[in-house]
Amino acid sequence: MGRTLYGKIWSTHAVASGPGGRTLLYIDRQLLHEGTFHAFAALRASGRGVRRPEANFATPDHYVPTARRIRIENAELRDKIDTLADNAAAAGITHFALDDARQGIVHVIGPEQGITQPGITLVCGDSHTSTHGALGALAFGIGASEVAHVLATQSLWQAKSRTMRVTVDGSFPPGVHAKDLILAVIAKIGAFGGSGHTLEYAGPAIRALSIEGRMTVCNMSIEAGARAGLVAPDESTFQYLHGRPYAPRGADWERALARWRTLPSDPDARFDREVALDAGALEPMATWGTSPEHAAGVTGAVPDPAGEPDAARRGSLEKALAYMGLVPGQPIEGIPVDRAFIGSCTNSRLEDLRAAAAVVRGRKAAVPAMVVPGSGLVKRTAEAEGLDRVFREAGFEWRDAGCSMCVGMNGDLVAAGQRCASTSNRNFEGRQGKGARTHLMSPAMAAAAAVTGRITDVRRLLPRHASVGRG
Amino acid sequence: MEPFATLTAVAVPLDVVNVDTDRIIPARFLRQPRSAGYGNFLFHDLREAEPDFVLDRPAYRGAKILVAADNFGCGSSREGAVWALAGAGFRAWIAPSFGDIFFENSFKNGVLAIVLPGERVAAARAQLHANPGAEITIDLPAQTLRLPDGGIVSFAVDPFRKECLLAGIDEIDLTLRHEREIAAYEARSRAEAPWLAAPSSGVAGA
Repeated sequence: MGRTLYGKIWSTHAVASGPGGRTLLYIDRQLLHEGTFHAFAALRASGRGVRRPEANFATPDHYVPTARRIRIENAELRDKIDTLADNAAAAGITHFALDDARQGIVHVIGPEQGITQPGITLVCGDSHTSTHGALGALAFGIGASEVAHVLATQSLWQAKSRTMRVTVDGSFPPGVHAKDLILAVIAKIGAFGGSGHTLEYAGPAIRALSIEGRMTVCNMSIEAGARAGLVAPDESTFQYLHGRPYAPRGADWERALARWRTLPSDPDARFDREVALDAGALEPMATWGTSPEHAAGVTGAVPDPAGEPDAARRGSLEKALAYMGLVPGQPIEGIPVDRAFIGSCTNSRLEDLRAAAAVVRGRKAAVPAMVVPGSGLVKRTAEAEGLDRVFREAGFEWRDAGCSMCVGMNGDLVAAGQRCASTSNRNFEGRQGKGARTHLMSPAMAAAAAVTGRITDVRRLLPRHASVGRG
Repeated sequence: MEPFATLTAVAVPLDVVNVDTDRIIPARFLRQPRSAGYGNFLFHDLREAEPDFVLDRPAYRGAKILVAADNFGCGSSREGAVWALAGAGFRAWIAPSFGDIFFENSFKNGVLAIVLPGERVAAARAQLHANPGAEITIDLPAQTLRLPDGGIVSFAVDPFRKECLLAGIDEIDLTLRHEREIAAYEARSRAEAPWLAAPSSGVAGA
C-alpha cells in the first residue's frame, strides 16, 4: 500500500521506539520566541544545555511593540525581549533581533528565510506552527516542557496520528481567498473535527494556491483541532524556496530537490478520513461566535442555538451569542465593527497586504484600522510597492512586525465590548482583549469592513463584481 | 514530578464545549514566571464576568478533578493553562475530547487526562450537578473510575504516559537513554542532507 506524505516524513525521522508504540522523532528545526523563557528556565533548573544550537532559530514576536520600539518603555515587554536575546546568545542560537529586518512572526520568517523546507520536522512553542506544513514540512506546536525537551535532546516522543485528506476541487471565485477556504473547512468538520489527525490539503484548488495562501490554510489546521496540516511540495514550493537565505544551494539544492520530489503521498495511499470541498461554491466568510467553527458565508445569518440538539453545545452557543452581542437570524453582512486588524501569522504576508490594499485603494477607513506586516522584510517589500501609502492615505495605521492584536500580549488590544474585523485566527472570548468581540475574516473582507464600518461582502467593492451577492 | 496512582476527590462539572486555553488563562498572565502561582490566574476573566462560575461554588471547594465537555483545552499551546489548573489543585481531567497540545501538556505535568465517550461524560456531569461536591475515584493502575453513583467505568491510557505518571518520570531523562541512537541519526542525516546539519545563511546580513 502506498504511503502518505505524513507517513514518509514520520518514518525518516524515527530515532527509537518506546513503550506503547511511541516513537522518538528527530526534530530538524525549532523556532523560538519570547514565550520560550519558561522552557529556558526549566532547562537551566535541570542543569541541561542546548544540544544543537544551530538547529534552533529565535526572534521576538509575541511581546514586541508594533510602534515606537526604538526604546521600549514597558519594562515587562522589554524584559521578555531581552531575555530571549540573552538566552539565544548564551546558547549560540541564531537570533533575528528587533533591529534586524529579518525579525518578524516566527511563522512568517521560517518560510521567508528558507528555514522551513519540505520533508523536515519543525516545532515551536506556538500552536500555529502548523503554518509551515504549507511547504511540506511536518510542523506542529508544542508546550513549554516539550520545547525544553527539544532544546535538550533535539527529539520528541510522539504517537503517530491518524491522517485526514481534505480535497478541494474547483477554483476560487473572485473575492474568495485561502482564509475563506479554511474557515469553511473548520465550519464543516468542526473545531475538533481534526483532533488526533494530521491534515493533508490536496486537490486542484490547493495546487492553484500560492505558497502564502497554503500557509494561511495550514495555519488554521489547529483551529480544526489538528496539530499539523500539510500540502505536498510541488514546483510552486521549489520556486518559492529557491534562493532563500537558508535554503540549500548549488549541488545541495539538486540533492534536496531529488529528495523533496519523493515526498508527495503515493497515488494509492490511504487516509483514515477523507473530506471534500468545492472551492467554486465558496463565498467570503466571517465568524459570528467565539470558536473558529462559528463561521458562515457573508450572505448568511447568525444561527439559532435552539436548533442544536446537544445541551452542552446549545448552552455554549447561547453563551457565544451573548458574549458577541448578536441575535439568532441576524444577517452577517451589516454587523457594525469598531475597528479592523490586518496582520497575524495567518494573514500578514505580502499577498495578504496586496489583497487588502486593492480594496482600500481610493477609499477611507470608517473605523480605526491597523496593518501589521508579518516581518520586517514583508514591510520593506510592501513599502517598495507603495502599499504603505495606500493604507496611510486611507487613514490606516502602518505598524512594525509582530503578533500584535491577534493575541494582544504586546498591548495592542481591542477594548471591552468593541467589535473587531480581524484577519487573525482566533475569535475566542477575550483573545484580543478582555470583553473584545472578534470577527475573523480574510484581509480583503477586513479591508472592506474597515472602509465601510460594518461587515461587508467584499465582492460589492470589487469593480467587476459589484452586483454579486444579496440585494 | 509527583507520581500519580489513585485519587479520590471532589469533581467539578463544566458543561461548556470548546473551552480554549485563552479562557483557562488569559494571555497577559503568561509573562509571569511559574513561581507567581498560576492557580490564581485560572479562568480569571470568566470568573470576573460570572460571579456564580461553577468553580467558585462552595460545594466544589478543594476539587481535584474536572469533568469537561468536548475539545477542552483547545487553541493556544500555552502550558500555562495546565499550570493554572494544576496550581488550583486539579490532578485529573475527564472529557470526550481535548485539544491535542493541551492533552500532551497535561501528562508532562503529572496530570491525568482521560478521554471517555461523550454520553458517559455527560452522564458523569449530570451526576455531579445532581450532587454538588460528590467525589470521583480514579484508579490509574486498574484504569478505572468510580462515579458518584457507584458505577465503575474503564478508561484507556497510553502505556507510555501511564508509566511516566505512575513513576513520576522526567521524560528528558528517559530520552537521554537513547543518546547513541540520536547521535547515530544525526550522523546519518549529516551524510544524507548536509544542508540540514549545518544551516547557514547564503546572504550576509539581512
